[in-house]
Amino acid sequence: MTKKTRTIKVDYLARVEGEGALYIKIKDDVVQDVKLKIFEPPRFFEAFLQGRDFREAPDITARICGICPVAYQMSAIHAMENALGIQLEGPLREIRRLMYCGEWIESHVLHIYMLHAPDFLGYEDAVRMAKDHKEIVERGLQLKKIGNEIVSLVGGREIHPINARVGGFYKVFAKTEFDGLKERLKWARDAALETVRWTAQLPFPEFEQDYEFVALRHPEEYPFNEGRLVSNRGLDIAVADYENHFVEEHVEHSNALHSVLKERDSYFVGPMARYNLNFERLSPLAQEAALESGLGRECNNPFKSIVVRSVEVLYACDEALRILESYEKPDRPHIDLEPRESVGYSCTEAPRGILYHRYSIDAQGRILNARIVPPTSQNQKTIENDLWKFVPKFLDLPEEKLTWQCEQAIRNYDPCISCATHFLKLDLERV
Amino acid sequence: MAGKKKPKVAVWKFASCDGCQLSLLDCEDELLAVAEAIEIANFPEASRAVVKGPYDLSLVEGSITTPHDEERIHQVRRSSKFLVTIGACATAGGIQALRNFKDVQDFVSIVYATPDYIDTLAKSSAISDHVRVDFELRGCPINKYQLVEVVSAYLKDRKPVTPAHSVCVECKRRGTVCVMVSQGTLCMGPVVHAGCGAICPAYDRGCYGCFGPKETPNTESLSEWFKDHGMGNEELVRAYRSFNAYATPFRKESERHD
Ligand code: SF4
Ligand code: SF4
Repeated sequence: MTKKTRTIKVDYLARVEGEGALYIKIKDDVVQDVKLKIFEPPRFFEAFLQGRDFREAPDITARICGICPVAYQMSAIHAMENALGIQLEGPLREIRRLMYCGEWIESHVLHIYMLHAPDFLGYEDAVRMAKDHKEIVERGLQLKKIGNEIVSLVGGREIHPINARVGGFYKVFAKTEFDGLKERLKWARDAALETVRWTAQLPFPEFEQDYEFVALRHPEEYPFNEGRLVSNRGLDIAVADYENHFVEEHVEHSNALHSVLKERDSYFVGPMARYNLNFERLSPLAQEAALESGLGRECNNPFKSIVVRSVEVLYACDEALRILESYEKPDRPHIDLEPRESVGYSCTEAPRGILYHRYSIDAQGRILNARIVPPTSQNQKTIENDLWKFVPKFLDLPEEKLTWQCEQAIRNYDPCISCATHFLKLDLERV
Repeated sequence: MAGKKKPKVAVWKFASCDGCQLSLLDCEDELLAVAEAIEIANFPEASRAVVKGPYDLSLVEGSITTPHDEERIHQVRRSSKFLVTIGACATAGGIQALRNFKDVQDFVSIVYATPDYIDTLAKSSAISDHVRVDFELRGCPINKYQLVEVVSAYLKDRKPVTPAHSVCVECKRRGTVCVMVSQGTLCMGPVVHAGCGAICPAYDRGCYGCFGPKETPNTESLSEWFKDHGMGNEELVRAYRSFNAYATPFRKESERHD
C-alpha cells in the first residue's frame, strides 16, 4: 500500500464566535500536527485601558465580546470593587446574579440550539434544521429570548447593557416591575427541562477523557461572581493568586495565547468544569433533571457538554425565579466610591468559563495597567489535545464527514475567538 | 415573493466584537420569517454553508486593522450589490480606533516583543475609508429593530427610515425627563445620533455616545456646558474618545481639549 498523507483544513470555522481556522495533518494514519489557528485581528484593549478612569472599565471591556458582555462587565466591576475594598451584599448582589442568569440562558441557548445541535443532527445551521424541526428551533428561540429579556430589563439592552456600574447599578427596579418576566420564566423553566431531555438523547461519540477541570467554587452557591478557584486535581486558591499558578504560552500559529497550569499543563474551563466541581450546589430541580437524563454527577465526554449546558440553563431559570421571589428593591441603586492607589483582582464565570481581570489604579482612579484572561484562551490547548486523540479514532470516515466531526469537537467548547485574541501581543511585552 | 429568486444576503466580519451581527440572531421573533424571505448565503457565525457570490445585500461588521483586511474589503465590495455597514466599528473604526491617537512606532515597540511579527495597521479605519458604502447603521451595538428595518426596506426597494436627529429627541418622544436639567447628570445626548431609543437617560444615566455624532453636532457648546459643570480637560477628552472616537466631529472636539 502506498503511504498516504491527508490534511484536514477548515479555512474559516463556522458557528463559532470570531475568526478561526483548523489544520490537521495525518500521515500513514498517524496524526502529525494539529493547529487551531486564531487569526482574528487583535484589538489592544489592555493597551488603551491605560489612562482611562476606573469607572469606564466595565463598558470598555464589554466590547471585547458581544456574546458575553455581562461577563466582562461583572469581572471588571468586581475587580474594581476588590481594589477599593468593598463587597456588595443583599439585593444589589442578587440583581447581579440575576443579570448573569440572563446571559447564561441567552448564550447557552444560542450555542445549544443554533450552533451545536445542528452538528448532531446533520444540518448546516439552525435555519435549515428548522425546516424539519420547526417546533424545536422555535422553543430554542423563545428560550433564548427570555435570557435576553432579563439582560434587557435589568441592563437596558441585551448587547452591551448600560445599567451596571462599579458600586451597583444606575437604576434599580420595584418588585412589581418583574411580574411579567416572572411568568415567562416559569415557561422558560419548563422549556429548559425539555431541553435537557432533548439534548440527552442526541447521538454522542464515545470520547471519555481525563481532564483537569478548573472553576470557581462558592461555599453555598453555584458560582457566578465569587468563590475560590478549584480543580479536581487539588488546586484551591484565592482569585488574587491566579497569576502565580497559571501562565500563558505563546504559540506561533495562533493570534491568541494558550493558558496552562504551571504545575501541570492544560486544563478545562466552562460548563463541564463548573458542573463537575459544583454539582451539589445546583438547585434540586437541576440536579434531578441531570441525573434523570443519565448524565451522572460527573461528565468527562466533551460532546455531552451540550447536555451540561442545558442543565445550566435550567439552573439559571430556577435561580432567576428564586431571586425574583425573594427580591426587595434596594434602598439605593449604588454606593459611591472614592478611588485610591490599589490593585484589584476578579474572576467570574462567563458562560464559557472563568474570566480573569486584574487592574492597578492610581489615587485619581486612572487605570495604570490591566490584564484580562478570557475562557477561550484557557481552553485552547485542551481543544487541540482533544483533536490529537479524537482524529485517530475516526480515520475511516470520509473526508467531509471527518472534517465536520472535527469542527463539532471544537464547537464542544463553544469557543469565543473574538475573546481569545484580544490579548496576545500585550502579554508578549511581559515576556 | 412567488416566482422571484430570493435575494442573497451575506454577513462579513472585520475587527469587531461580533455583537452587531449577533443582533441578527437576537431577532428571535423575526429570524425564521426573515430567513424565509432571503437566502442567507454567507454568515459564518451561524452557518457552515457558504454560497458563492455575487450577493444582493452585504452586511459588514468591524473595522479595517490589517493589510489582509484592507484587501478583503475590496473583494466584499466587488461581490456585493448593496453594502451596509453595521455598527460603530464599521462606520467609525470602533473602540479599537483609540490606537489612532498614539504614536504608532511607540505603540508598537511598547506593546510588541517582536515587532516584525505584527500584522496590524497603524490605524483602525471605517469601511467607508476604503470602499463605497451604500448605507450606514450606527451604534455600539446597532439597534436590532433598525437592522430589521434596513433589511425589509431593501426587500421592498425603499429607503430605510433611520432618523438622524439627536438622542434628546428620543428622550422627549419616550417621555424621559432630561437628566441634565433634573439631576445635573452630564449627558452627551444633544450631540449623539438617535437610534437606541434613548436608553441611558431612561436608566438615570447620561448618554455616553455609543451611537456616535449626529449630523452637524454642536460639540463646542456641549463641552462648554460640561466645563461649567466641573468637567476637566482629561475627562472631556475621554468623553469624546470612546466607541466612536475617530468619527470626525468627535475626533476634532477631543483634539481641541487634548
Ligand atoms: S460596533 Fe460595538 S457592538 Fe458592534 S461589533 Fe463593534 S464593538 Fe461590537
Ligand atoms: S443613550 Fe447614548 S450611550 Fe446610551 S445606548 Fe443610547 S446612544 Fe448609546
